[in-house]
Amino acid sequence: MPDVRVVNVTKKYGKLYALDDVSLTVHDQEYFSLLGPSGCGKTTLLRLIAGLIEPDSGEIYIGDRRVDKVPPEDRDIGFVFQTFALFPHMTAWSNVLYGPKVKNYDAKQAETIGHEVLELVKLNERLNAYPSELSGGMMQRIAVARALAAGAKTLLLDEPLGQLDAKVRNEIRYEIRRMAKDLKLTAIHVTHDQAEAMSISDRIAVMKKGKIVQVGTSQELYMHPDSLFVAHFIGESNFLEGYITKANGQSEIELRQGLKIKAINQSNVKPGERVVLAIRPETCEMKRGHVVAENSLFGKVEKTTFEGIVVRYEIRLENGDRFVINRPSLTEEWVKIGEDVTITYPLDKAHLFPYPEAGLAEEIKV
Amino acid sequence: MLSKLWNTLNTLSSKKPLKYTLYLSAIIIFFAIILVPPIIGILLKVGTVQNVLDQPALMNTALVAIQNSFIIALIVAALDLLAGVPLAWLITRGKSRWLSVLDTFADIPFVVPTAALGYSILLFWSSSGGISSLFGYSLVSPGWLLVMLLHFTFSFPVVVRVIVGALLDYKMEYERAARTLGAPPLTAARTVTFPIIKPSLIAAFSLAFARSLSETGATFIVAGAFINGPVFIQGLKNQLASGLPAPITQATYEGGTVFASIILIVVSLVIFGLIRVLGQKLTLPFGKGLPLVEKKLSYKKTAWSRNSVALVVFIVIVLVPSLFVALPAFQAIATGNTLVQAFTGQSIWASFWQSLLLSYGLGAIVTVLGILAGIPMAILIARKTFGKLPSAILDTLINIPLIVPSIALGISLKFFWQGVPGIPEFLLLVFAHLSITYPYFVRSMSAAMERINVDMEEAARTLGARPFTVFKTIVLPITKYSILSGAIIVFTRSVSETGATLAVTSKLVTAPVLLVNWVNSVRGIIAPIAGVNALTVGLACGFLILFSFIILLVLRLLTRKGKV
Ligand SMILES: Nc1ncnc2c1ncn2[C@@H]1O[C@H](COP(=O)(O)OP(=O)(O)O)[C@@H](O)[C@H]1O
Ligand SMILES: [Mg+2]
Repeated sequence: MPDVRVVNVTKKYGKLYALDDVSLTVHDQEYFSLLGPSGCGKTTLLRLIAGLIEPDSGEIYIGDRRVDKVPPEDRDIGFVFQTFALFPHMTAWSNVLYGPKVKNYDAKQAETIGHEVLELVKLNERLNAYPSELSGGMMQRIAVARALAAGAKTLLLDEPLGQLDAKVRNEIRYEIRRMAKDLKLTAIHVTHDQAEAMSISDRIAVMKKGKIVQVGTSQELYMHPDSLFVAHFIGESNFLEGYITKANGQSEIELRQGLKIKAINQSNVKPGERVVLAIRPETCEMKRGHVVAENSLFGKVEKTTFEGIVVRYEIRLENGDRFVINRPSLTEEWVKIGEDVTITYPLDKAHLFPYPEAGLAEEIKV
Repeated sequence: MLSKLWNTLNTLSSKKPLKYTLYLSAIIIFFAIILVPPIIGILLKVGTVQNVLDQPALMNTALVAIQNSFIIALIVAALDLLAGVPLAWLITRGKSRWLSVLDTFADIPFVVPTAALGYSILLFWSSSGGISSLFGYSLVSPGWLLVMLLHFTFSFPVVVRVIVGALLDYKMEYERAARTLGAPPLTAARTVTFPIIKPSLIAAFSLAFARSLSETGATFIVAGAFINGPVFIQGLKNQLASGLPAPITQATYEGGTVFASIILIVVSLVIFGLIRVLGQKLTLPFGKGLPLVEKKLSYKKTAWSRNSVALVVFIVIVLVPSLFVALPAFQAIATGNTLVQAFTGQSIWASFWQSLLLSYGLGAIVTVLGILAGIPMAILIARKTFGKLPSAILDTLINIPLIVPSIALGISLKFFWQGVPGIPEFLLLVFAHLSITYPYFVRSMSAAMERINVDMEEAARTLGARPFTVFKTIVLPITKYSILSGAIIVFTRSVSETGATLAVTSKLVTAPVLLVNWVNSVRGIIAPIAGVNALTVGLACGFLILFSFIILLVLRLLTRKGKV
């Protein structure tokens, strides 16, 4: 059960760099996700690993074998398509047995494998139905079973849950992970849904415009985003723009209209430099009225939204900036629109970034 | 042995060299056998055009003839759409069980050899025994109107076939959505369905247009004094042979043929280009429509009368006139004598059965070769294997054999292959029929390939299937119906082809050629053949139509059987 390595791979469509010098290592038996907004090149990368397209340059290894010239049928991979791509002219059962059949296994062996994988995906009914007669969840299971039956050692999944409704999606995502782990497979899972990626992955690569911008576990990406883009795309962040006024150890930032706040100096900034401070909504505390405290901001509640577990408050700060925070809905008294509040943010959980050259909006655009 | 070969090839099919060898051979075959010979054949003789330029009267006739060709083709193609869409609609949307029978009947004009079709139309519309007997005088004399009726008859099935296919593939959800948004059926069709199937409407129009431009054998029979491009060429050929009304030189004949062919080809290419460009620009629906009128026209009574009109047009203008020639067959069956002679192969009938065997044999060979050569080309075009532009270019080039008048195609093929000494006439026939039928097959196959989701093929690859296996287990089963309907068109076109066959053969006699001779004998155009009369012609046509119909039906039943 191999590791997958992608080395300096570039793929262009006309002038567009679908992948721009991408390198990546997925460990043996790892459940790995490629996460990024639509159009960032996730599918392209997955199809390159599968051999469905060829890179313009770079190398791809599965295990010890360099595969970029190997046709897809010889790569020992299983690919689950977003559309499932079940063969419409075959029953569910024939779909599952397709791999063993074209690999010339004898009929008996093929059937044994078929039963095993169907057991695994917990599907034993309606096997004589044609794909058009199956529900989305069943089609999804058949698609996975089919890939496993073909003897896949590496499982490549392209938004495998995209076509399912929310409830089924949440159930099936853990099942796919469990199967991959049970069978000791290496799995690469493409998704644009950060919650999905965070809940099932050992590690995640975040992609943006044909590049991988950060690789790490869910916690690493959430706690220590390398870039404004990741801070924005994984979870949610408030971005406060300003200039550094003090830079040694605990730095001081001057926000719009001369408002000064504190942050830990994380990225070697110098006085006078333009910066953005990222603060996650769920890390902040909020008190009614103006309370003088360390690391605090004053503002007025402009809008509240009940979102189930949390209440989301949109607050206008005294310098005019917008700030969002989430508070538990059941254990805390709600604050009303128009009330003055004091927000305190934890210094160690706020992240300081240099102001991006292309501008903040451009940097975090998805 | 065979399976071993398959396995080896299949394994090799994963490798690039085999893939490219296959595609390149398909391209080479297309250029070397189908596209280039007729064109070179014409270009070889381009010098003879001078003879036409030197004879202003002849040139004038040629230009008027060509102009007539385009006018007739445009009008006929437009009328075809007008009448074909309601019938296709009825076939696909109606609820009666009889509609599948109607669907098969729509193909009948396909199986009637074009020359016999021409004679049939002539008999029906203009002889004293046809519909004219109801009126006491010839209803439609040979001339432009009869030519239009004829062209309408043989191009109509093509249009119906294409639109039925499109409507079957079309997802009804769109139309239902429009209905839930408040559009009456007719408005929904105009604003949603037709814009979506627009490519098929354009394809149907183009095919009908090309068919009308190039048909020779039947047109010549019904043209009377009217001349269009193919009739002009056929006339020159006859004039060269008979020396009537005045002898002409070989050079004048060649010059006239080449002159007319070149203009027809160039103008058609321009028109096809325009149809392509304008077709994309043309945004359906036109204007705002008339919601109230459409609403009134949409429901019960008017829908019923619309269906009736479509049916009546089909039966009266297409079906009955095509079959009319076979009417004496019943008389022959009743009297028995001719029938016995026919079945025992006495006198003229021996040659008839021979020609029938030749035609069906030829049709089968051409169909198999066409499929073999056409499938890789269809894949190339549909999958854009060599990029978008090459695929678009090939897609345009395969149309050329469609628009060359079939007689000109035959003549120029002959010009070309004359250069190869000792080439058997049969091979020439195969080449000529391949050229004419190839576009139909590639068109229908590539359209079917475009409808398969590429994911399906890729999924099979990732499951361990090699490219040949993917083709055998995925592409073939899914496109089976299209391959077969493509094959049906190829086969019937080959069996009924007259113009090009006449032009390339001197010894071999296919069924249509034999029928033309018999028809001409009955009409007194050539020296009478002993034993040939209206009865025998009717019976011979009847046999040909019956056998072809049975073959068609069997093929169709075979494809309907399996799932998908
Ligand atoms: N076959 C193709 N031809 C041209 N452009 C393509 C093709 N496939 C993908 N692209 C482009 O490459 C970029 C990356 O696409 P993709 O990998 O599908 O993104 P994702 O899966 O992350 O949404 C997109 O801008 C897309 O438009
Ligand atoms: Mg994608």
